[in-house]
Amino acid sequence: MTIDLKTVKHISKLARISLEEKKAEKLADDMNSIFEFIEKLNELKTENVEPLTSIAETTLRFREDKITSDNIREKILKNSPEKNDDFFVVPKVVE
Amino acid sequence: MTEITSLSLFELIKNIKEKKISSNEIAKSFVDRSEKSKKLNAYVTENFENCLKLSKEFDNKPNFDLKLPGIPIAVKDLFCTNEVRTTAGSNILNNFVPSYESTVTQNIWNEGGILLGKLNCDEFAMGSSNETSFFGNVQNPIAKDLVPGGSSGGSSSALAANLTPVTIGTDTGGSIRQPASFTGTVGLKPTYGSCSRYGIVAFASSLDQAGPMSKDVKDSSILLEVISSFDKKDSTSIDFKRNNYSSELTRNIKGIKIGIPKEYRVDGMPEEIENLWKKGIEYAKDCGAEIIDISLPHTSYALPTYYIVAPAEASSNLARYDGVKYGLRSSGESLIDMYEKTRSEGFGEEVKRRIMIGTYVLSSGYYDAYYLKAQKVRQLIKQDFDQAYNKVDAILTPSTPSSAFKIGEKSNDPVSMYLNDIFTVPVNLAGLPGISIPAGTDKNNYPLGLQIIGKPFDEQTVLNIAYSMEEKINYKNNLTDWWMK
Repeated sequence: MTIDLKTVKHISKLARISLEEKKAEKLADDMNSIFEFIEKLNELKTENVEPLTSIAETTLRFREDKITSDNIREKILKNSPEKNDDFFVVPKVVE
Repeated sequence: MTEITSLSLFELIKNIKEKKISSNEIAKSFVDRSEKSKKLNAYVTENFENCLKLSKEFDNKPNFDLKLPGIPIAVKDLFCTNEVRTTAGSNILNNFVPSYESTVTQNIWNEGGILLGKLNCDEFAMGSSNETSFFGNVQNPIAKDLVPGGSSGGSSSALAANLTPVTIGTDTGGSIRQPASFTGTVGLKPTYGSCSRYGIVAFASSLDQAGPMSKDVKDSSILLEVISSFDKKDSTSIDFKRNNYSSELTRNIKGIKIGIPKEYRVDGMPEEIENLWKKGIEYAKDCGAEIIDISLPHTSYALPTYYIVAPAEASSNLARYDGVKYGLRSSGESLIDMYEKTRSEGFGEEVKRRIMIGTYVLSSGYYDAYYLKAQKVRQLIKQDFDQAYNKVDAILTPSTPSSAFKIGEKSNDPVSMYLNDIFTVPVNLAGLPGISIPAGTDKNNYPLGLQIIGKPFDEQTVLNIAYSMEEKINYKNNLTDWWMK
């Protein structure tokens, strides 16, 4: 199987990463060599194997639904690239 | 007296408790040496002034009951530190100042440790040579233009160069053990669920684990005791009885069964690694261990499995970097355009490559063929270890298939870079504890490490074996301080 340029561009859309044409070609080459290496897994028959989703054999714990942090709105907003009062600002989304 | 900076953590604690040296003297020594070692590029953010101030405060009101009384410690820049910039080695977090503290670092400060600075690492811990960091390459103190390993490369470099008495790293596929091996130091990855992941910048959440890095095994046991804790803030933190690792440390390992997996004898492995391993087996026997041949039949599938599971988890973890709430933002004409430009400019090449692989293997039509398949093979890899542990208490292997390489030597070939982690990755996939200890040198006098892998939650046995073998091996880095000249 080979990953073509069209697929690379489609994946970059899904991943929300803009990609220049030249870089897309290099990335397609890299991905192909990595997947060539990954294809080794097809040697194994795994029909009857249970997938391992978590190594920690625990069930998720419940906690009381209450606020544990102090009012940290100011601190949180301090890291935002653009803000307006108590809001994060993004480019216009409605016409 | 020997220089303060070359003392072990254990010796520093002893001296401080006996009031032979003050916290401020220790802090000054490490700050001074770090200032003179900028060529190594080990630090991303220095906390020197604050560290000196806090050490004075400690001396004015000392508490010698603490486990790290007034000890300055630099940490990998993947741990969020309250009010101190945390970058994860990435441009996208270049200006990020957390408003909270990771549990692991909080545990260190609670026991009297003082933050010395934040150490360089591969971007989002993705790399084996520290070459993917936005903040540049890190030099290995062993020799000029040699990589310090990765992703905890700033940590291994600072530790080996005596810029910090101990440090902490994170290990997703070998990121503590491989850099330890490349710098002649000790690095321990604990069992998955031992050390809280809260406040650690996430890479692959089912594999990430924090752990100690130190000059000797005893120091790792002291630091592990501090950082290992059950934490409600981490949903996969495990509530088990933790040992007093340092006080229970013993060199009595008589009768312990150590397995030697034949599948780790990989094609093309240099003879010096094979010889090191043989020597290691002899040392283990000398310590009274019983050596047993074992088989881990799915070993060769571990790396391909890892390069599906880790990128898949990373692509979803790194979806949060969108230029809205924190981090870098590039300007765009629309919201989507802003996302795409921010992520394109904010992430480096290796991170983008892994996000792309992860997005691909999780995308519609490929999920079963790749991600589900990898989770099934991961089960087989774990079962290999389960079966081996019916026969043995621990497993001995080389840490890496080679010694440290030159900066730039492997950076253009992702697959050859990935092969560095061939012996460490299976341990993460199975969630086991593993330690790398220095065990010798290659023909260039570069350090080589041996890895001891234990049963889940049995860090004590891993440490005890390492502690016994360390005494027999008697390895010491021969530092020339070339970077200060």
